[in-house]
Amino acid sequence: MVYLTRKAEFSASHHYHNPAFTPEENARIFGKCNNPNGHGHNYTLEVTVKGAVDPKSGFVVDLKQLKDVMSREVLDALDHRFLNKEVPEFFTRIPTTENLAIAIWQRLAPKLNAAQLHRVRVYETPDLFVDFYGEA
Amino acid sequence: MKAHLSRRYMFSASHRLHSDKMSEEENRVTYGKCNNPYGHGHNYTVEVTVSGPVDQRTGMVCNLVDLDGFVHNQILERYDHQNLNVLPEFAQQVPTTENLCVAIYEIVKRGFRKAHLEKIRIEETMMNSFEYSGENGR
Repeated sequence: MVYLTRKAEFSASHHYHNPAFTPEENARIFGKCNNPNGHGHNYTLEVTVKGAVDPKSGFVVDLKQLKDVMSREVLDALDHRFLNKEVPEFFTRIPTTENLAIAIWQRLAPKLNAAQLHRVRVYETPDLFVDFYGEA
Repeated sequence: MKAHLSRRYMFSASHRLHSDKMSEEENRVTYGKCNNPYGHGHNYTVEVTVSGPVDQRTGMVCNLVDLDGFVHNQILERYDHQNLNVLPEFAQQVPTTENLCVAIYEIVKRGFRKAHLEKIRIEETMMNSFEYSGENGR
């Protein structure tokens, strides 16, 4: 089994707000991230797939295909967007980095046929990142 | 759904690698430059990885304010701008980054209750890093 990781970057804005919380709860739990006008990050996405090395091609996965799927399913939908208002997953879920990693996994997993998705890692900043392995 | 969240923190400290169980010559051979009697320092980066179910209401594994507060009070306050050799946890142990990983793991494991500790990873320099996930870790 060999693991292959491809990186990509996207920039997006978001804010954290749960309408079920009072304004005080939202401010206390989400702090600066609760600013209703939103704020943004340069996100780095790492997608790791795993599989056997094809003896004919020497590849775990066709990188071009992986790049195309990442571009179409993730970057086109998220890059330069306001996540809360433009990405359907976040109309009801809070666009934390945790939920972003889960949403990206759910977008990619059904579209990757050649290799198996192993991990989605999303860096919100260089010092904060989330890993999702598809665990329930 | 279960996710892993990692956060990086920095502190600076000095140490000297020297074991009382070895002769002067053995210490020099084993630890090389790190055995310099006056010690030397590093800018350490500590990567703390915790895991847990993503809370449906907050979208979080744990609130970063809680994790940051704990690490600042219990780890950075303890180690930043200190000489590791004089701290009690290194009275009987050489303050290698391996042992530092274990010491920090134990502090977080014992004291941080808001999420499950998966791993402590420490970069001593850009070229060296060490990880500890507990005795039963991966």
